[in-house]
Amino acid sequence: MSTPPLAPTRDPESLESVVIRFSGDSGDGMQLAGGQFAATSAILGNDIATFPDFPAEIRAPRGTTFGVSGFQLQFSSTDIHTPGDVVNALIAMNPAGLKVNLADVAAGGIVVANADEFNDVNLKKCGYPEGYSPLNDEQINTSYQVFAVPMSRLTREALEGSSMSIKEIDRCRNMFALGVAYWLFERSIDATIEHINEYYGALKKRPDVAEANVKVLKAGYYFGENAELFPARYRVPPATLAPGVYRQISGNQAIELGLATVARKAGIDVLYAGYPITPASEILHGLSKLKHLGVKTFQAEDEIAAICAAIGASFAGELGVTGTSGPGVALKSEALGLATIYELPLVLVNVQRAGPSTGMPTKTEQGDLFQALYGRSGESPCIVIAPKGPADCFDSTIEAARLAIRHMCPVILLSDGYIANGAEPWKLPDLDAIPPIEVTFAAPPDNGDGFHGYKRDLETLARPWALPGTPGLEHRIGSLEKQDVTGNVSYDPMNHELMVKARADKVARAAADIPPTPVRGSPSGDVLLLGWGSTFGAIATATDKLRAKGHDVSSAHIRHLSPLPPDLGDLLKCYKRVIIPENNTGQLCMLIRAKFLIDAKGVNHIRGRAFRVDELVEAVLELIND
Amino acid sequence: MTTTQTNDVPLPTYKPKDFASDQEVRWCPGCGDYAVLKGVQKAASALGRRREDFVFISGIGCAARFPYYMNTYGMHTIHGRSPAVATGVKLANPKLQVCIVSGDGDLLSIGGNHTMHAIRRNIDITVLLLNNRIYGLTKGQYSPTSEVGKKTKSTPLGSLDFPINPLSLALGAGCRFIARTLDVDLKLFDEVYTRALEFRGCSLVEVYQDCNIFNHGSFFYASQKDTKPENTVLLRHGEPMVFGKDNDKGLRRKGENIEVVQLGGGVTEDELLIHDETNLMMAHMLTELAHPEFPEPMGVLYADPTDPSYDKLYGDQVEEAKRRYEGQTLESLIRGENTWTVGPAKR
Ligand code: SF4
Repeated sequence: MSTPPLAPTRDPESLESVVIRFSGDSGDGMQLAGGQFAATSAILGNDIATFPDFPAEIRAPRGTTFGVSGFQLQFSSTDIHTPGDVVNALIAMNPAGLKVNLADVAAGGIVVANADEFNDVNLKKCGYPEGYSPLNDEQINTSYQVFAVPMSRLTREALEGSSMSIKEIDRCRNMFALGVAYWLFERSIDATIEHINEYYGALKKRPDVAEANVKVLKAGYYFGENAELFPARYRVPPATLAPGVYRQISGNQAIELGLATVARKAGIDVLYAGYPITPASEILHGLSKLKHLGVKTFQAEDEIAAICAAIGASFAGELGVTGTSGPGVALKSEALGLATIYELPLVLVNVQRAGPSTGMPTKTEQGDLFQALYGRSGESPCIVIAPKGPADCFDSTIEAARLAIRHMCPVILLSDGYIANGAEPWKLPDLDAIPPIEVTFAAPPDNGDGFHGYKRDLETLARPWALPGTPGLEHRIGSLEKQDVTGNVSYDPMNHELMVKARADKVARAAADIPPTPVRGSPSGDVLLLGWGSTFGAIATATDKLRAKGHDVSSAHIRHLSPLPPDLGDLLKCYKRVIIPENNTGQLCMLIRAKFLIDAKGVNHIRGRAFRVDELVEAVLELIND
Repeated sequence: MTTTQTNDVPLPTYKPKDFASDQEVRWCPGCGDYAVLKGVQKAASALGRRREDFVFISGIGCAARFPYYMNTYGMHTIHGRSPAVATGVKLANPKLQVCIVSGDGDLLSIGGNHTMHAIRRNIDITVLLLNNRIYGLTKGQYSPTSEVGKKTKSTPLGSLDFPINPLSLALGAGCRFIARTLDVDLKLFDEVYTRALEFRGCSLVEVYQDCNIFNHGSFFYASQKDTKPENTVLLRHGEPMVFGKDNDKGLRRKGENIEVVQLGGGVTEDELLIHDETNLMMAHMLTELAHPEFPEPMGVLYADPTDPSYDKLYGDQVEEAKRRYEGQTLESLIRGENTWTVGPAKR
C-alpha cells in the first residue's frame, strides 16, 4: 500500500489508495462522518479498512486533546488488510484534533481544518503557547497542504433561517467536513443523503434535522467545487474484489450475525448473557434486537452471573454464550472451570483490550492469550480460537459454537478492540452453504439400563447432552470430580487422572477438523512470520512488502490456538527462522518455543493500537539482518 | 423450546422415595439437613408435577450437597452462584420447576449479590435457604447470619460483624414470597415449602437448621417443645397473631410499632394484629421481629402473586419481537442496509 504525498495537480489525480482520518471532539460526530465516508467508498467498489479511535472519556471537556475522537479509513483500488499507517488526508475539526494527529500525516499530505475553532480559547485548551496557531506555522504549512476552512460559519450560513437551535445547527458541522472530503476524493454524496433521510427522517422522526444535515453536506461539497481553495481532486478507482454482494461489517457485528446464524443452523436458541464492558457491549446491544431470530439476551448483575446463566441455559438445552473483555474473563474464570468439568457447551467471547486490570479499555491488545489457555484453577483445558479480522468473526463464531456443541466443552473466542470496532467489506455468505450444526440430545432410555451422564462418544469423547424435562434421564452434574461413565462424585485417584486426561484429550481431538494452515509466500524458506488474531492484516501486508523487496519472507496465520493446527509443527520446520509478531510481550511465541523447541523470535508491541506495517517491516528486517 | 415433554403420559403417582437418588447421604449424624431432605422429597413428590421437570440447584456448602440426593435433574454449582445458574436454566426452559437449596454462607455472603438480583427480577425459582448461622463444610467459621460476638475458629475473640436478616434482605430486594420454618417441624415445612413451590415468581423460604457439629442448639430458643410456643408466632392469613404455650399472648399495634400483650385482663384477640399475607408494610415489620424481644414469625410472612415472573415477561417479549419484526429474517439482517455488488451480480 503506497502512501505518496498528494501533489497538487489540476486534473483529478488517480491514486492506488488513500488513508483519511476524521478527527475532532468526541461530540463532533466524527464516527458518523467517517462511517459514512467508508460506506460510500465501499459502495464505489474500493476495498476499505476502518479503525475508529475513541477517547476513554464519554464526553471529555470540549477542545481538550484527551477528548479527541478519530476515525481512520483506508480506501483502495487494491486488496488491503489494514486501515493504513500514514495519513494522507486529515480532517481536523478543532486544534486538539490537529495537534493529536498531525504527526501521523504524511509529508505533503492534506490537512483540512475548521478554521473557526482555532480561536484563542481552544488553542490554549490544548496547550499551544499564547499567540500561536498551527495554521499560521510556517513549517507546518510547508510540510503539509493546510487548508483552513471556516466550517462553523459556513454551516451556520447554510442553515440561516432554520428553526433549529444554534447547538443543533453547530452539530451539523461534521456534514460540512464530510461534504468537503467527498468533493476532494470524487465521491458521490447520494448514499449519505439516503442515510440521513432514513435515520433522521424516518427513524428519529426529525425531518427538519434530516433536511439541515443534507443542506450542510451539500454546502460542504459545493464549497470544494466553488471555493477554488483546493488545487486538485483525487480519484481512487474501484478495487477488484471477488465477485459477489458485499456489505461493510465490524467485528462485533459479525459476531452478532454469527450467533444468529448459529441459532438457525443448530436449531436451538442461543442465550447470550453479558454484563456491560468496553469493547464488548455492542454485541449485547445488537443481539438484544434479535429475540425473534432465536437469540435471547440477558443482562446479568455481574460478569460471574452472566457466565453462570449461560451455563444454566446450556444445561437446559440452549447454547449458552457470554461475552466480555479481559477483566470480565478474570471474574468468569471459576465458572469457566465449572463448564469444563460439567462438560457442557459454552462459548465465551473475549474482546480483548489493553490490560492489566482496567488498563486502557478503549485500546486494543492481545494480552489475554495465556488467560484463555491457562487462566483457571486446576487442569482446565478449553478450545481457543481467534478471528483474524472483522469479517472473519462471522465464521469464527460459527466454528466456536460448532466445536462447543460437538465436543461438549467451553470454547473461547479471542477477538480484540481493533477487530471489534474496525470494519471491512464482507462478501455476504451463502447461508445454505453453511453446514448445519448437529445437535443430538440424549434420548430416553428404552430399557432399565439407566442413564450414564459421562459415557463418552468414542470419536469426539463428548458426553451426552441430556435435557431436563426428559423422563428417565434425571441426573445430577456438579463441580466435584466425577466418576467416569456414571458422573457420580468420585475421589478415586486413578479416576481423577483418567478424567483430567479425558478432558484434555477431548480438546486435543478437536484438532482433527482443523484444515491445513495456509501460507502466504513460499512453502519453505528463510523466514516465516507466524501470527494469530488481529495482527493478520499487518503481517500479510508486511509479508507482501518484504517479498517485493526481495526478501524470502512468508507468513502463516492460525485461527486455532488450542488445540494448535496438527500441521503446525512440520510447517515451522520448513523455515530457517520463525518470527512471531504479537500485540503482547510474546505469549504465542513462548508457547511455540515450549511446544516445538524452536528458536522463535517475537516482535512485540504493547502500545494499545494495532501494528503499523512500516514498524513491522522494520522490526522484521532488523531481526533478519541480525 | 427444546424439551421432550411427554404430556400424553398420565402423571405418575409418586412417593417421596421416588424423589430420592441412589446416592448415600453424607451429612453428619443429627444434622438438620436430613429432615429438610425428607421434607423436600415429600413436598416435591406431591406437587403434581413430573419428576423430570424438577431441577435442583445448589452452590457450595453442606446444604449444597442436596441435588445429589434428589432423583431429579440437578446441578451442584460453585460457591454462591446458584441463583445465576438457575436463572439461565429457567430462561432457557420456563416450563421447568427450578429449585435452589443452599446455605446462609452460600446465598448471603459469597452469593449475596446473585440472591438479591434473582429476587428483584422475580424469576420463577424457589429458594430454600438453610440457615444454620455457621460455615459447616469448612469446619466452623462464623457466617453472615452469626450473632455478634460469636467465637469461632476465625473469631477467637468473638465476631464483630452484625448479622444479616435473610427475610429482611429478601423483602428489601422485592421478594414476593417470604416464609420461615424449622428443620424439625415437618408439618409446617411441608405446608410452607409446597406453597413456595406453587408460587409463580421468586419465593424464598428460610429454614432454621441445626448444625449438630459446629453450632448445635443455635435455634433451640425457637425449635424445642418448650421454647417454640413462647418464642415463635405461627402466622395464618386472616387470623390474629396469637402465640404462647396456652395461646395467651398476642401481637398488637402500638403507634408505629408492634408490642407483645398478654391476653385476658381486658385484652382480647380483637385488638391483635390480623395477619395479611399481602400487606407489604406489615411484612416489613414482621421480618424485624426478633428474639428475645419478640416471638419470631413462622409460616408465610408475605405472598403477593400480582406481578408476573421475569421468565413469563421474557417469553411475552420474545412473542412481541416476533410480531414486531415479522418481516425481518436472518437473510435480511445479514444483508444489512447498504450492499454493493462486485462483478457479475449473483443475487
Ligand atoms: S457440619 Fe453441620 S451442617 Fe454440615 S453436615 Fe455436619 S451437622 Fe450438618
